[in-house]
Amino acid sequence: MLNIENLHLSFGGIKALQGINFEAREGEITGVIGPNGAGKTSLFNVISGFYAPGQGRVSFGGRDITTMSPDKRAALGVARTFQNIALFRGMTVLDNIKLGGHTRLQTNVWQALRYFGAAQREELELRREIEERVIDFLEIDHIRKFPITMLPYGLQKRVELGRALAMRPKVLLLDEPVAGMNREETADMARFILDVQEQFGTTILLVEHDMHMVMDICSHIVVLNFGQQIASGTPAEVSKDPAVIEAYLGAAA
Amino acid sequence: MINANLKNSYAADERVLNNTYKQMFVYGMMIVLALFTFFANDYMILIASQMGILLIAVVGINILTGYTGLVSLGHGAFVAIGAYSVTIFANLAEGIIPAGVMPFFAMPFAVALAALIGVLVGLPSLRVKGLYLAVATLAANFIVIFLIEEDLFQPWTGGMVGLTTHAPNFFGWVLDTKREMFGMIAVIGFLALLAAQNLIRTRIGRAFIAIRDRDYSAEILGISLLRYKLTSFALSAAYCGLAGALLAYFFARILPEQFELTLSLNLVAALIIGGMGRSMGPVFGVIIVVLVPELIKVLFSSAVGGSASAAQFRAPLQEIAFGLLLVLFLLKEPLGINQIVDRILRAANRWPFARG
Repeated sequence: MLNIENLHLSFGGIKALQGINFEAREGEITGVIGPNGAGKTSLFNVISGFYAPGQGRVSFGGRDITTMSPDKRAALGVARTFQNIALFRGMTVLDNIKLGGHTRLQTNVWQALRYFGAAQREELELRREIEERVIDFLEIDHIRKFPITMLPYGLQKRVELGRALAMRPKVLLLDEPVAGMNREETADMARFILDVQEQFGTTILLVEHDMHMVMDICSHIVVLNFGQQIASGTPAEVSKDPAVIEAYLGAAA
Repeated sequence: MINANLKNSYAADERVLNNTYKQMFVYGMMIVLALFTFFANDYMILIASQMGILLIAVVGINILTGYTGLVSLGHGAFVAIGAYSVTIFANLAEGIIPAGVMPFFAMPFAVALAALIGVLVGLPSLRVKGLYLAVATLAANFIVIFLIEEDLFQPWTGGMVGLTTHAPNFFGWVLDTKREMFGMIAVIGFLALLAAQNLIRTRIGRAFIAIRDRDYSAEILGISLLRYKLTSFALSAAYCGLAGALLAYFFARILPEQFELTLSLNLVAALIIGGMGRSMGPVFGVIIVVLVPELIKVLFSSAVGGSASAAQFRAPLQEIAFGLLLVLFLLKEPLGINQIVDRILRAANRWPFARG
């Protein structure tokens, strides 16, 4: 579904990514792990179009998207969440999630200024869809009118997932969805991610430091260290790989 | 008292006036405005018309600065473009377009021209943000005034001495009194405010707010920064152009000095005082911006009498009071009067169970 081929990215002398190769298979959860500074977020930024890679290509559903702008990728069905929550803080939960539907809507400026007619029909249709498909699904109906700033961290993360879901994504990139969460919140989020995969068949690419969660929910794992891909395979294979153990624990004495 | 906040359709929840208090407030204001049009004295009509014209421009600034987060200190230029183009268009098209339908051509022309130039002035916003953008837009104001005063264009613009304007003529109904004119301004102002409100509750408005709050996140959701920033500039310029056209109709004469930097700054100041990115912010803002200098004028002349030597202190005093007011709002209530009103409405909604 999402293919990364021989990807290289450098900032001046720093080689952030060196020859990354993997595929996020359709309908599966692929994990990307690695110590801090391994290049995980850089990889996400290349996939979502913020960084242009020096070499290599990113293709999505057989289509080369390496040089496409972020907003065009979004229209194709690439959605993501950010490590440090990137919600729109001046808006309510509902408006944030509605923004996920932006590319699907057609209303132009003229229709928007008049509202009644085409714009209203479209807005109400979006509202209904979001209420039924996202807000109900993520169990956030009690906070739909709350401004983002009033919500605790865990709920903000969930709203951000909701916004990504409103895009009806084909591929969902989750950058540390459970960072800083306690055990219950982590379990909740893991359950939501699995529900998304099951109900919508979304292909998911996940960066996370919580090894328990990664090992539990991913079907395939890619390990990065200092910009290099040191291993990839099933959770069982990866956790036994000597290179991975060395990267995480240091060389055996 | 909490009343009638129960909704049983999404349509009811998406309305602009989605609770009884807002409805009461707005419908009440409409009745007051209608009575005002017929019964206010000429002086009050004059003040209110100025408010109405300024309101339309500030609604435009609200779209740009309040919702999209792009600061412009040059929007006086678009008011000038609106005012001059509506007048020059009428001068040039005289005899070609019948006088009775002239406003239907001249006003859209003025608005469209302002929007077009707005896109041009908005181009730097794709590269620079914040203060840098404010300075870049500042140039627009000076360039437009310079061009108006330029000898080359003097046959059309009248240069420093300005232009005599036309009273609008709708199918033979000439609005030649200030009272009739106020009626027109009030109706157009209300529609302009409603249109902005409609914009904000659809995808376009949400995209603007998204760009203001976090531009990279907006891009991830498929919002093209190029397109929406320029759309925002065009819309705000169009609103200012409309305000300019009405200003030209309202005053018998337009002069370049009416559109200088002070106007641009006043527009932004009104928005800050009223509440940036809030629906009623422009309304409260212009009321204060127009009323405070008038109040000072009245108080001052009643305090010192009509002596000429004292009168020369009035203008600086007005400016000082205005500056103080602005600083006070930035310190004490950066969200503006709209926030204060919201708080009162919220308290009313919860009374008698809570006061906050």
